[in-house]
Amino acid sequence: MDFKEWESFNKEGRWTREIDVRDFIQNNYEPYDGDESFLANVTDKSTKLWNKIQELYKIEREKGVLDVDTKTPSGINRYEAGYVDKDLELIVGLQTDSPLKRAIMPNGGIRIVEKSCESYGYKVDEEIEHIYHNLRRTHNDGVFAVYTKDIRAARSSHLITGLPDGYGRGRIIGDYRRVALYGVDSLIVEKQEELEILDTDEFTEEIIRDREEIHDQIDALNQLKEMAKKYGFDISKPASNALEAFQWTYFAYLGAIKDQNGAAMSLGRVSTFLDIYVERDLKSGIIDETFAQELMDQFVLKLRMVRFLRAPEYNSLFSGDPVWVTESIGGMGLDGRTLVTKNSFRLLHTLEDLGPAPEPNITVLWSKNLPDGFKKYCAKISINTSSIQYENDDLMRVTLGDDYGIACCVSAMKIGKQMQFFGARANLAKALLYAINGGRDEISGKQVAPKFEAIKSEYLNYDEVIEKYDQMMEYVAKVYIKALNAIHYMHDKYSYEALEMALHDRKIRRTMACGIAGFSVVVDSLSAIKYAKVKVIRNEEGLAVDYEVEGDFPKYGNDDDRVDEIAVKLVKTFMQKLEKHYIYRKADPTLSILTITSNVVYGKNTGSTPDGRKAGVAFAPGANPMHGRDESGALASMNSVAKLPYEYSEDGISYTFAITPSTLGHSEEERIENLKSMLDGYFMQTGHHINVNVFDRNLLIDAMNHPENYPNLTIRVSGYAVNFVKLTREQQEEVIARTIQEKI
Amino acid sequence: MENENVVGRIHSFESLGAVDGPGIRFVVFMQGCNLKCKYCQNRDTWDINMGKSYTVEEVIEKILRYKNYIVQSDGGVTLSGGEPLLQQDFVIALFEKLKKYNISTCLDTSGMFSITDKIERIINLTDIFLIDIKSINEEICKYLTGFSNELELKFIKYVSEKNKRIWIRQVLVPGITDKKEDLIRLSKFLQNINVEKFEFLPYHNLGKYKWEKLGKKYELEDIRVANNEDVEKAKRIMNI
Repeated sequence: MDFKEWESFNKEGRWTREIDVRDFIQNNYEPYDGDESFLANVTDKSTKLWNKIQELYKIEREKGVLDVDTKTPSGINRYEAGYVDKDLELIVGLQTDSPLKRAIMPNGGIRIVEKSCESYGYKVDEEIEHIYHNLRRTHNDGVFAVYTKDIRAARSSHLITGLPDGYGRGRIIGDYRRVALYGVDSLIVEKQEELEILDTDEFTEEIIRDREEIHDQIDALNQLKEMAKKYGFDISKPASNALEAFQWTYFAYLGAIKDQNGAAMSLGRVSTFLDIYVERDLKSGIIDETFAQELMDQFVLKLRMVRFLRAPEYNSLFSGDPVWVTESIGGMGLDGRTLVTKNSFRLLHTLEDLGPAPEPNITVLWSKNLPDGFKKYCAKISINTSSIQYENDDLMRVTLGDDYGIACCVSAMKIGKQMQFFGARANLAKALLYAINGGRDEISGKQVAPKFEAIKSEYLNYDEVIEKYDQMMEYVAKVYIKALNAIHYMHDKYSYEALEMALHDRKIRRTMACGIAGFSVVVDSLSAIKYAKVKVIRNEEGLAVDYEVEGDFPKYGNDDDRVDEIAVKLVKTFMQKLEKHYIYRKADPTLSILTITSNVVYGKNTGSTPDGRKAGVAFAPGANPMHGRDESGALASMNSVAKLPYEYSEDGISYTFAITPSTLGHSEEERIENLKSMLDGYFMQTGHHINVNVFDRNLLIDAMNHPENYPNLTIRVSGYAVNFVKLTREQQEEVIARTIQEKI
Repeated sequence: MENENVVGRIHSFESLGAVDGPGIRFVVFMQGCNLKCKYCQNRDTWDINMGKSYTVEEVIEKILRYKNYIVQSDGGVTLSGGEPLLQQDFVIALFEKLKKYNISTCLDTSGMFSITDKIERIINLTDIFLIDIKSINEEICKYLTGFSNELELKFIKYVSEKNKRIWIRQVLVPGITDKKEDLIRLSKFLQNINVEKFEFLPYHNLGKYKWEKLGKKYELEDIRVANNEDVEKAKRIMNI
């Protein structure tokens, strides 16, 4: 391949012969090891545009949604072009024909669309309802057509929850950069060649499915071209300059979010790729630094406007309207050069230019070898905005190379070469209670898991509990994988992500991403049973409903090996149970310890636990120690989390950390240095992920009581950032109750 | 080794000390204090019979878990309290061991001690001193702590002559330690000392509950907490 748009690029390597964005980056990018002093400030144009958008936000906050198009099931090319203000927008393209207007996407499930519309005072168009109730099956219907009794029971008792059986699974990252680098036509040619490869003698189900999917992918790429045309752009050819490269990449992403209401619609790793175009234009003098920043600011403004129509139940799980437009920056290359470029700085700078915001979900891939100037700038922005999360590049690069991105919160995948089947999480705290109660639910008393002998003794015996818990996990893993196999079969069948998958290679790695909720509750419960005495309180029916802990026991989060070993073992054990099962499309099972904000709801639906936690009390988020139980300072807590084995929890281990500014250092310079060193240390301990929040508890209490004064207060919770004022009161209280490291 | 078995009476540990000397420091809060500072925020460290006993070996084992953070930040270990110099054998044994591991040692002390042989040994083993000057004004110092500042000021001069790194702090208590003439005197005193850093610690009453928990009367009840303005004003007087 060769294009005039590639003029002055280094054409060595494979990237001109086959689709290989990584190879293009490696041959063309310029690492940057300086500091932030080169950055330009926000332009009037961007500020004006941002103000207009914020005006719309205000109405949206009051109404819940700004507007809904109830007539047009969304698709890549179903809407006319829409603008916020054509004169101010450098990057164009909206999900529907008007800013923040939400689309309906009934392929996932019509009921959820109806429910969502009703809750905001809208009604789905009758014809659409007719079609999706009578003529066209949805993902949701498909799943429930095949669900078994045991899956239904596990689901309704909250043993397995949050499953993507009524909403889009998300967590698939298209390689949106391909559109800018190659243009859509080259991608179509590539896909057509793939069809040739799939013209085999043995026409198996697999081959037929692959052919149908690729057919849909080509169709999606054609629609993408048409969509861009409505905005006046021809994206059949590669982008010829920085503005086009941003625009083309955004169009590709926009196509994906018009097509899919996925739980997390992440962007990937585009900044350093785009920097190559910016550098080329800067060198030839077509643009200056101010314009380069303006491009980034305007790109980010578009990402801040991504909206999906979601049911109120969804919001009680994941508050704040999150879409996880996750963009990963930083990291090191396999050849030892850093992948930090000036664009990495420009992206972070948007948080200063435009103020803090939860989206895009900026994720820094941290390595101890990152340039010092970049580390310091990250720390500075974290301290000022609490809007960044960090993940361990030195850990992930080993297996994932240097062109992976984060989907959603912590799920790493090679861009364009790997996808995951999102699997929510199993409530292992509830499973422990089932082990004690012989498979009966501790709240309803119902027999949910197969009946076996409940524990009868007054005090819990560690060995007996472990034996029964092991069996219970075995059962949970079985039902869990059954449910996920059904879900992803149906999602592929009825709500296939054709455009996102068109931006993948033909041969990809698939993972089945399972998860754990209630992690620290289980670990502390087992520790209490082992090291203290736990008395069982039973109701008149003999159901264990409460526990009394006598004596002290080591608690997870204090860098105490006695309990941390229990934590490590739990991860390994559950992972090994998942591995025993057949998984849809021969995906590899993986595990995450990540709850997002759903730890509040999981806790609400789980009875008292042997660690002394009372019924209904929120779990700690992700892999965090339980609130207030980590008493040895922040680093002890971090060391405990860092012990969890990434090899057994490849889909991510989320840790949310909060500290008051005065505990982090007396001066700004000290704070920056200390945070930087903390991150170095944590990741050298092989910690996987950390959210960094720097704020005072009083600030949050004030924001809870006077939300009107804090419209943009952003905080990091397990894996993503939210507007604090958009959380439910319960979630706000849970965040405030969490350990905020402070020293007096 | 014998040294590893020396036992110290310890109040608590803090794995993340970010304001207790340079870099990130593992802080050991020793139990026991001879002073009676009215603003003490760790009232529960006074009684030497409270706390828990740990051997040097046990403490070292804890510290080494944080070596990555310590190395990356050019930090180290800070002995605070309480008053660490009430347990001199423990300090010597611990610091000797830390030297072997090449970990920086910092001592947070009142400095109200005469220079004995053991203190001399400790000074040699200490890289950085964190010393609170309670007040340069002897009467105020007596009022606040029950002791004269004479030994303290001598101690500071001594370690300064030894070319040790010194961070000096003073708690800024409105109406008590913020008098203009005292601050000017303090400034003059510091001019002859090799001070790497001087900080005001604005007085706060967040440690008050610890007094109440022990059934003790908190005497500074009527004193307001210091704010940024107080600190800025004091800094202006000190010309820093």
